[in-house]
Amino acid sequence: MGMTIAEKIFAAHCGKDSVRAGDLVYAKLDLVMGTDVTVPLAVDVFNKIGAKKVFDRTKIALVNDHFVPAKDIQAAGLSKTMREFASRYDIKSYFEVGRSGLCHCIVPDSGLVVPGDLIIGADSHTCTYGALGAFATGVGSTDMAASWALGENWFKVPASIKVVYTGTLQPMVCGKDLILHTIGMLGVEGALYGCLEFSGPVVDRLHLADRFTLCNMAIEAGAKAGIIEADEKATEYARRRAGRTGTAHRSDGDARYDRVMEIDVTDLEPQISHPYLPSNVRPISQTEKVRVDQVVIGSCTNGRIEDFRAAAEILRGKVIAPHLRLIVIPATQEIYLQMMDEGIMKTVIDAGGVISPPTCGPCIGGHMGILGENEVGLYTTNRNFKGRNGHLTSKVYLSSPHVAAASAITGVITDPRSFN
Amino acid sequence: MINGRVHRYGDNIDTDVIIPARYCTAFTEEELAPHCLEDLDAGFVKKVRKGDLIVAGRNFGCGSSRENAPIAIKGAGVSCVIATSFARIFYRNSINIGLPIFECEAAVADAADGDEIRVDPTAGTIENITRKKTYSVPPFPDIIQEIIRAGGMVEFAKKRIQ
Repeated sequence: MGMTIAEKIFAAHCGKDSVRAGDLVYAKLDLVMGTDVTVPLAVDVFNKIGAKKVFDRTKIALVNDHFVPAKDIQAAGLSKTMREFASRYDIKSYFEVGRSGLCHCIVPDSGLVVPGDLIIGADSHTCTYGALGAFATGVGSTDMAASWALGENWFKVPASIKVVYTGTLQPMVCGKDLILHTIGMLGVEGALYGCLEFSGPVVDRLHLADRFTLCNMAIEAGAKAGIIEADEKATEYARRRAGRTGTAHRSDGDARYDRVMEIDVTDLEPQISHPYLPSNVRPISQTEKVRVDQVVIGSCTNGRIEDFRAAAEILRGKVIAPHLRLIVIPATQEIYLQMMDEGIMKTVIDAGGVISPPTCGPCIGGHMGILGENEVGLYTTNRNFKGRNGHLTSKVYLSSPHVAAASAITGVITDPRSFN
Repeated sequence: MINGRVHRYGDNIDTDVIIPARYCTAFTEEELAPHCLEDLDAGFVKKVRKGDLIVAGRNFGCGSSRENAPIAIKGAGVSCVIATSFARIFYRNSINIGLPIFECEAAVADAADGDEIRVDPTAGTIENITRKKTYSVPPFPDIIQEIIRAGGMVEFAKKRIQ
């Protein structure tokens, strides 16, 4: 019996020829990632464990992204704790404000992920790195601390659900629509404890930014990871960013899946996730023209240059609705510079939008754009739970950058295809 | 032995309502507990008594990886969470910090707010005293049992380092 990509990666990291879904294994880790909100508690736990050293100073990434630039005194303290830990243990990949970005963009962009890696991160969207053919999953602070000390952790090898996308995507329909549609089909717990393996000709044609978006939201269906077989695009990215190409695992023809879903995307419209669950998804044609107070384009889900190019194309030469605020957040400083070079910053500012430094801020209701009472947001982020983004009565709809940009202009949720 | 009154909630109770991010600049029980579940049930902290249980539906603890969520629940005095299923990061975090959790669909289906429940983790039984019903829960896998026996991940990791 063959193995899935997930099974192959676990086998390779626990020194076995083969493992099966359901096996409990101790596996060696290639990278342990944490952020300013999860690292301080982990530092506390690391000290309680009595660890005197980290397993490998080059396999730990510490990223300032959630509450930065420090939103208040407490947040400043969190970053300070992380900074001191990084300095004390000489952590190679410590990302300081100004040289940082959203963890799930800066970590792969810095060459810290290659195909075949096994990665944990104390952030639930760590599953993003599956776009490069790595197995990456979110954990909490205590698991991270123990992993800093031990360089390994225990895992239940997950069963996989294979999602095969066929057909051809329409213009203005992108990776975000694919994953929202899929989460809508699966439900928020449809892939609980499992691995979503995305494949098919549509995925083969997607650029990496869209693949990162796909894998990023696997957790919103309850999945432990999302994963895509590493092809030439992923390998080339790894070569360029990391200087090495890792191991591109492929699922065997006779690998066992919990379920295989085939989705023809030819008629897929832009998708909207309605409050208060990411799985509450409807196509845009079945979404009423809800008046929007604030649009956010950014986040680890849709904060890459391709996302801003798509938004800018729609915004260029236009102005946003007078009653509306548009907040644009490049995921990294590199993307920020690229946006300047390509004139995207000017397009956004001319349209009436504001540009924030890289931060998770509004996505987690931290800072940089909190919603007030009864306000409505249209975000390219990943979650719309009640109260997450501001006041308990506020509401957030999730969409692609295309829909977000078109809606910013009209002031109501709008089909970007009507701008063609 | 765990013994307490039930606070009954529904499906998909996410970490944002268990402890909103606005409080996640803190991570101690003392700081988090006063805000436990405040966006779901503003009266929870006032009515919960030490030893009480949370009983909820599917996918409890979905969303963020924040360990602040089980810490807030434990800090509020909750002795145990019983749910139909748990989101996996929340599941790991709870085991790691020593918050007892059990998956038991039947017990969840029968339980109502205010019921008295007794849990015997060693025997693997949940008894709804109010409804005079007993349920069995399958034992945890070996690795998890070892972590629980050690009293959580800190002690477990301590041993593995040596």
